[in-house]
Amino acid sequence: MTSSARVLGRAPVALVVPGVAAVAVLVVPIVAVFVRAPWSSLPHQLSRSGARTALRLSLETTLITTMVCLLVGVPLSWLLARIDFPGRRLVRALVALPLVLPPVVGGVALLLAFGRNSILGRALDAVFGVTLPFTTAGVVVAQTFVALPFLVISVEGAFRSSDSRYDDAAASLGATRWYMFRRVTVPLALPGIVSGAVLCWARALGEFGATITFAGSFPGTTRTMPSEVYYELQIDPDAAIALSLVLIVVSVLLLVLLRERWLSGVR
Amino acid sequence: MRKRLVAGAAAVLVVLTASAGCSGSSSKTKLTIFAASSLTTTFTTLEAQFESQHSDVDVVLSFGSSTTLAEQITGGAPADVIATADDTSMSVVQDAGQLAAAPAKFATNTLVIAVPAGNPGNVTGVASLNSTDFVMCDVSAPCGAAGSQMLTNAGVTAKPKSFEPDVASVLTKVELKEADAGIVYVTDAKSAADKVDAVPIPPADNVTNSYYVATVKGADQASLAADWLTLLTSAAGQSVLAKAGFGGP
Repeated sequence: MTSSARVLGRAPVALVVPGVAAVAVLVVPIVAVFVRAPWSSLPHQLSRSGARTALRLSLETTLITTMVCLLVGVPLSWLLARIDFPGRRLVRALVALPLVLPPVVGGVALLLAFGRNSILGRALDAVFGVTLPFTTAGVVVAQTFVALPFLVISVEGAFRSSDSRYDDAAASLGATRWYMFRRVTVPLALPGIVSGAVLCWARALGEFGATITFAGSFPGTTRTMPSEVYYELQIDPDAAIALSLVLIVVSVLLLVLLRERWLSGVR
Repeated sequence: MRKRLVAGAAAVLVVLTASAGCSGSSSKTKLTIFAASSLTTTFTTLEAQFESQHSDVDVVLSFGSSTTLAEQITGGAPADVIATADDTSMSVVQDAGQLAAAPAKFATNTLVIAVPAGNPGNVTGVASLNSTDFVMCDVSAPCGAAGSQMLTNAGVTAKPKSFEPDVASVLTKVELKEADAGIVYVTDAKSAADKVDAVPIPPADNVTNSYYVATVKGADQASLAADWLTLLTSAAGQSVLAKAGFGGP
């Protein structure tokens, strides 16, 4: 860094000024939460039953969501990375769609697909007696819809970047593909799978739009942390700020956790 | 690859500008009005009337829960007029010193039970809510505060399936038949009469909300805002409100 600076000259002002502005846009709001945080009443705010209930519900649902995403997402990632099936590019594009879709639109789509009155929703009700809207299961479905793409994309990347010659070697030694998947491919891609799972969990934790649209909002059943922040802001802003603080701290911890994989590469 | 990217970006730009163009030309004077979600239909009708009287004005309406709107205005959102569905949220704005003058009461509204067309849950009255999947506004919104007061009056102990952020989302859940009943304003049920039926609530249990309107302090268009307030309380304005099911002030 210092040696190249000596050779190439200092960074031009035309790049430094917009760069600093960009950092300000991203950092100032976060700092504002810390400045405005009700530090003295923080323990009280976070121990209130509304906050505790929302926190517990968020932890439970996001952990289930992450497990569901791992169960279906890792196999899909493997198929996308290793099997050259017709329409693979289309499937990959469709899987990534929720990344760019507004979550509220996702919620509307989920209502139309799994609502009480949809074909799938009616079948679920008739066969299993399950209805998704207004239930905790609905929260998991909404979170899965928005978080699964994060897992699939990062795990597929991990499968692709791990050397497929290990697969070839295992195959030449007589391993079946299923054995290979369990004993060679997954262990090699494990760091990528872990970071994909963490990312997926973080997205599920922050999910609001699809959840409130599809699953509604009832304390203890469907009112997760982001919903609680939204409602508290209208009644007691201090409570909303305290909860926001928790979500920010969790996000920072995640970044620290992922630093090894994501930030060290570009250092 | 790069050509495709450029073409894609250009296509997105064209779509965005085209859709932005629909929302009206920018050379007109803008009158920004924040109004309670339950005023959506009437204010949209009045917007057309107002714009036909003021050809150089573009009325911009923003609807939401009164509490949210009050929060936004005390937070510095640039509105000229605020109309709320209760006096609590209006007081929040007034106490924050954000009103140009005392608010005026311009309408009242009562509650009704909205059920999907055909009433699949067989809701016959307030007592049916004890055995029905119903939704209502969150108590932080005026419709929720009124709704929970009404449930207390009627002795209903059952909890809703969901506390929705505003009355529009309650109505949506009923229209989509996700809930068998929803507590909404009389005016909401009336505006969606083709999709929902209304089950009345006895006057003894019902709650009446008063609607207030005021010019926001430091409004860019104070005189236009005054014109809007005049229209609301005029015979023409009151007749639009009455047609939608609102009661007089």
